[in-house]
Amino acid sequence: MKVLTGNDLKTGLVVWWNGQEWSRHVDDAVDAGDEANVILAREESARRVNAAYAIDATREADGSIRPAHIKDRVRALGPTVRPDLTMKPAEPEALNWVI
Amino acid sequence: MYLYDSYDQAMVDARVAEFRDQARRRLEGKLTEDQFKPLRLQNGLYLQLHAYMLRVAVPYGTLNSAQMHMLADIADKYDRGYGHFTTRQNIQYNWIKLEEAGDLLADLASVEMHAIQTSGNCIRNISSDHFAGAAADELVDPRPYAELLRQWSSFHPEFLHLPRKFKIAVIASDTDRAAMRLHDIGIQIVKNDAGEVGCAFYVGGGMGRTPMVAPLIKDFVPLDQLITYSEACLRVYNRYGRRDNKYKARIKILVHELGKDEYARQVEEEFAHLQSQGIEPPLAELARIATFFADPAFESGLSTELDRSNPDFALWADRNTHPHKQAGYISAVISLKPVGGIPGDASAEQMHTIADLAKEYSFDEMRVMHTQNIVLPHVKIADLHTLWAKLEAAGLGTPNLDTIEDIIACPGLDYCSLANARSIPVAQKIATRFAEKGRTAELGELKLKISGCINACGHHHAGHIGILGVDKKGTENYQLLLGGSEAQDTSLAKITGPGFDEDGIVDAVEKATDVYLAQRQQGERFLDTYRRIGMDPFKEALYG
Repeated sequence: MKVLTGNDLKTGLVVWWNGQEWSRHVDDAVDAGDEANVILAREESARRVNAAYAIDATREADGSIRPAHIKDRVRALGPTVRPDLTMKPAEPEALNWVI
Repeated sequence: MYLYDSYDQAMVDARVAEFRDQARRRLEGKLTEDQFKPLRLQNGLYLQLHAYMLRVAVPYGTLNSAQMHMLADIADKYDRGYGHFTTRQNIQYNWIKLEEAGDLLADLASVEMHAIQTSGNCIRNISSDHFAGAAADELVDPRPYAELLRQWSSFHPEFLHLPRKFKIAVIASDTDRAAMRLHDIGIQIVKNDAGEVGCAFYVGGGMGRTPMVAPLIKDFVPLDQLITYSEACLRVYNRYGRRDNKYKARIKILVHELGKDEYARQVEEEFAHLQSQGIEPPLAELARIATFFADPAFESGLSTELDRSNPDFALWADRNTHPHKQAGYISAVISLKPVGGIPGDASAEQMHTIADLAKEYSFDEMRVMHTQNIVLPHVKIADLHTLWAKLEAAGLGTPNLDTIEDIIACPGLDYCSLANARSIPVAQKIATRFAEKGRTAELGELKLKISGCINACGHHHAGHIGILGVDKKGTENYQLLLGGSEAQDTSLAKITGPGFDEDGIVDAVEKATDVYLAQRQQGERFLDTYRRIGMDPFKEALYG
């Protein structure tokens, strides 16, 4: 699947396209399919997102979304060396998902 | 240390106002990202993996306690309670909001700091010896010359759009503690045969994807021609440096392709022309700047005795101090490399503590080291034990300077959008492995440096042991390098062979140290043994 991601213009925080708006959670991401470029152009010009791009990802059996490249998995979760600053600070085992 | 005059403050304040307006226009949609990006980069604001990152300039690494307190306050107010000290003696914040960046810059300006020219194709922060003004072995304090260069290079209209970024280091000792020959221009303050003080110019060094050691271009430039000669070096580069290929755009490529003699000849030609243009500031200006770097009020007749009865203190004093030019004083290094910690990171609380200790014990001065530690340059030997006890209580007393635990590591893939692999976890695993096995002391001086990509912010080319993280079909892979040095015996490390995974690289480092321990001769460091026996025994141990 093609998933759209970028950084929030005001805060710089990583965001994911959920079909209607930008979410902080990668698991909210939807398949943008052939519409990826159209959505990216529209959202950039509307100043809702910065430096947005499409990536390959897979939907896992539990419904979660796994970006194909480790860089995007780090973006999705947060720095692996600071579990307290990740999206799942109470789940240190989540770091294994990145690798 | 240098204090802003009204012109300095006005320039920085004006830049804050200008950036506020630029950021406002970006947020209102009046600037596109393509238009805004070069403007934010000129103010040190990057967009990294998780958020905007701000790089703050710390000129030649010198800070006072008010500035360090402000850096701590900024970490709390605008970031997530910490900052990262970098290999260019700067500090970076990882979680900055664009909508707050103007306020942050205004807070910085209130303590005579800024983020100008910490990014982009311009002359970056001038770096220097972290023991400048304190070291027993220095000819003079190099910082007045670094400050003069800072003023010359700040907003220099001709050099704000160079082919590529440009880095200058200034030292004044035969011992190089600033990786001087791995800069675009490295300047060593020297004395000639007539006893006059001047500058030796090394041009065309650098790390990155094409590492090169800067050759000597001119062995003596009189002090009253420092700026004119620097300008000539830059002009030749600005005119002939490649702009068609960013990977060949650094001055090292130009010097290499022209040859150092031809490059030097062209600089001489430009230098002769510029001497008729009257661009050199009067020596009186250098003298004025130098007054800001006058020695603090050192006491005389102080004790030079150290009570070494506490073995933990003795170990720290042996490893984390450096001889001072003034009897009774010493420079103390605060390690930001706790075993298992993140190299170069400091919490706001730690920054406040360091600032308070600098105020109390080091004439209000600190230095950021390019090795990502902090120096208190002027500590009374009689105060050293008390200082250590306070550092220990604050978790800042790690005794590991220049050991295998004192690893330089770039932010890597945990933070950096350019990185291919994570650097910090590898540093943590190596430091922990050797600390837990109690092998750190046995290995002595061993400089290990890790970069998460070919851009080499972690100086892997210059490590006695270097590690380069690469992307191998979507997974992290680590190449091992041996034999680098960024000291006065500058050399570039060589790759051993095929890379390793995250755990494999830790094992590989241990195997390399096993070879060293088995083969070393009396008094040899790891680097000395490598240079004597060559790569083959290490390859045999790693891949045989």
